[in-house]
Amino acid sequence: MTVSRTIYAPSREGLRDAYGAMQKIRCFEERLHAEFAAGRVPSSVHLYAGQEASAAGICAHLGAQDYLHNTHRAHGPAIARGADLIAITKEIYLRAGGLCQGKGGSPHLHDARLRLIGANGGVGSGAALACGSALAIRHRQENGVAVALLGDGACNQGVVSESFNLASVWKLPVVFAIENNGYAEATATSYAIAGDNLAARGPAFGMPSTRVDGADYFAVHEAAGVAIERARSGGGPSLVEIMAPRFYGHYEGDAQKYRAPGEVAELRRTRDCLTRLRQRMIDEYQFSTAEIDAMDAEIGVDIDRAFAEAAAAPPSDPALLMRDIYADRSGL
Amino acid sequence: MSVKSYRAAIREALEHEMQRDPDVVLIGQDLAGGAGGGGEDDAWGGPMAVTKGLVGKFGRERVLDTPVSEAASIGAAVGAAAAGLRPVAELMFCDFIGVCCDQILNQAAKYRYTFGGQDQVPLTIRTTIGAGQQLGSQHSQALYPLFSYFPGLKVVVPATAYDAKGLLATAIRDNDPVIFCEHRLLYRLREDVPDESYTIPFGEARIVEEGGDVTVVALSRMVHVAAEAVRALREDGIDCDLIDPRTTTPLDTDTIFDSVEATGRLVIVDEAGPRCGTASDIAAIVAEEMFNALRAPIRRVTPPYAPVPAAPELERSYVPDASRIIAAVRSVMER
Ligand SMILES: Cc1ncc(C[n+]2csc(CCOP(=O)(O)OP(=O)(O)O)c2C)c(N)n1
Ligand SMILES: [Mg+2]
Repeated sequence: MTVSRTIYAPSREGLRDAYGAMQKIRCFEERLHAEFAAGRVPSSVHLYAGQEASAAGICAHLGAQDYLHNTHRAHGPAIARGADLIAITKEIYLRAGGLCQGKGGSPHLHDARLRLIGANGGVGSGAALACGSALAIRHRQENGVAVALLGDGACNQGVVSESFNLASVWKLPVVFAIENNGYAEATATSYAIAGDNLAARGPAFGMPSTRVDGADYFAVHEAAGVAIERARSGGGPSLVEIMAPRFYGHYEGDAQKYRAPGEVAELRRTRDCLTRLRQRMIDEYQFSTAEIDAMDAEIGVDIDRAFAEAAAAPPSDPALLMRDIYADRSGL
Repeated sequence: MSVKSYRAAIREALEHEMQRDPDVVLIGQDLAGGAGGGGEDDAWGGPMAVTKGLVGKFGRERVLDTPVSEAASIGAAVGAAAAGLRPVAELMFCDFIGVCCDQILNQAAKYRYTFGGQDQVPLTIRTTIGAGQQLGSQHSQALYPLFSYFPGLKVVVPATAYDAKGLLATAIRDNDPVIFCEHRLLYRLREDVPDESYTIPFGEARIVEEGGDVTVVALSRMVHVAAEAVRALREDGIDCDLIDPRTTTPLDTDTIFDSVEATGRLVIVDEAGPRCGTASDIAAIVAEEMFNALRAPIRRVTPPYAPVPAAPELERSYVPDASRIIAAVRSVMER
C-alpha cells in the first residue's frame, strides 16, 4: 500500500504522537467512566471518547504561539494540546494542584502557558473569545492562529454567527472547528440544525468551509492543516465541520434513551477513529503490533498514576475562595 | 489646565493611554465611522463623538469599527484582553447589555477566578447611561448596579470631566475588567481639566461638600442635582456632606461611614432604580455597620419602580430632582 497523497500527509513521527494522544484520551475516559460509575468523581463530566481524531488532528498543527479554545467536552482537547495529565485529573477531581486549582473543574480545563483556553459555561462564547485571541496575535505579529472548538449545538447560539461574521470582516487568523457529534444534549442535529449542514454556513460569511469524517484521522489532519495554514499565512478565517461520533452520553449518568437501540455499538464498530488509525499505521506506515502495544502499555501507566495522584491529592485550600477574584485589589 | 468638556476629557484620556501603551486598542461601533462607504472617514468619531480624531492618529488597526454585533465584539475584547492586549470596548448604550451579558457577566468577570488566577483581563468597557433625552425605556437606563453585582468587575460612574479623565486612565491601566459608565447628559459639562495625563485611584470617594448635619451620597449626574439641593438647603441652615463615591466597585465605604458617624443621617440619591440598586446597597451596608450612629431612618431618593418613559413630562417626574432631595433631607432632619 502507498501512503495517501495529501498536502499535509502526517509523518511517521507525527502519527506516533497523534496515536499516543488519541489512545491516551480514550483510555483516560474509559477509566473516568468507570470511576464515575463507582461514585468517585465529584462533579459532572462530559466524555470526548469517539471524537479523538478531531483534537489530535487539529493539535498536530498547533505551536506555542497558537490558541486553542476548548469546549465543555474538554478532556480530549486538553490532553491533545499537551496539558499535564495529573493536573487535568486533579482538576476533574476538584483537588489542590488541579490545572485551575480546583476552581474550574472538568469543563474549564485551562492552561495559559499552553494557550489552552478553558470552555465557557454558556456554550458558543469561545467563538468570540477566539476572535480576541486572534486579534492579539495579529496585533503582536506573532504568526499564530486561534482555533475555536465548537459543538454542533453551540453553533445555534447567536454569538457564534456573530463571530463568524466578525472574523471574516476583520480577516482574523481564526479556525472555527465544529465538532458535530450528532447531538446537543438529548436533541439530534437532524432536528436542531436547520439545513442539517453546518459547513454550509461558512460561505454565507465569506469563509472557506469543509466537512470531514471525524472517524478518519487523516481527513481531519488534512482539513485542519489547510485551514490553519490559511489563517497563519494571512488568508483569514475558515470553518471545518468534523463529523465525529459520541461514544458515551451527553454527560456521565445520561441513560441515553433518546438514542436508537444499538446505535452506539454500531458507531463503535464502524466509526472508531482509533482502531482505524491503528490499522492504517500498521498497513501503511510499517508500525508493528508490538510497537503499538508498547505505547499502549506506557499510556496505561501514565493514566494509573494520574488517577492515583488525583485520589491522593489534598482538597482545595479554603483560602482560595476569596483569591484571584481581581488581579489588582487596590481600593477593594 | 484648560476648560474641557466631559466628552473631550474622555477623548483625551483615550488618546494619552493609546500613546502610552501600544497594546491599547479601541473596539466598537462607528468609533470612526465611514468604513466601507464612499464618503468621509471618521465621519462620526463615535456614536457620541467621543472618539473623533483618534483613527487619524492611531489608524484602523487600533480603532476597530465593528459590525452591529455586541456579543462577538465584546467577547473578542475579552479574549484580546486575556491574550495581553488592553482593549477599550464601547457598548453604545448600557441598555444593550442584554445581547452581550454572557461576555461581560460570565466571561470577563469570571475568567481569572475560574481558571485559578492564571490570567488577567485588562479590559475597559465604556458605556453610556442615563435618562433625560426622551429616548424611552430601552435607551435611558442607569444599569451600573447590575455590573456591581458581579465580583470580578470594577464599576466607574464619573460625575465630572476631571474625574472622567483621571478615572478612565486608571481603568485602562487596571488589570481587571472595568465598566466605565458615561452619563450622556454630562458630555457637554465643562470645567478646568489638566492637559497632561493623570490618574485617580479607584475606591476613593470625592467629598463634594462638607456640612455636618446630613450625609448625602449621590452618583453620576445625581451629584450635580444633589449639589443644587445642598446649596438650597444651606440657605435654610441645613449643612450637608455631599459624597460622590465615583466607583461603585470598589466602594469607598470608609468615607461614607466617617460622614455618617458625624451626621447620624443619610440620604442616598441614585438614578438607578429603587430595587436591588446602588442606593439600596449602600443603605444596607450602612444599616448593618453603622446602626448605632444613625439618628434617623436612611432615605433613598431614586426613580420609581418603573421603566423610563419617553414623554418629557413623564421622564421629568421619573428622574430624581432637587426638590425630592430637599424633601428627603428635611424629613431626616425632623428626627
Ligand atoms: C448558552 C447555553 N445554553 C445551554 C447550555 C446547556 N448545555 C450544556 S452542553 C449543551 C449541549 C451543547 O451541544 P454541543 O454544542 O453540540 O456540544 P456537545 O455536548 O455535543 O459536545 C447544552 C445545551 C449551556 N451550557 N449554555
Ligand atoms: Mg454536539
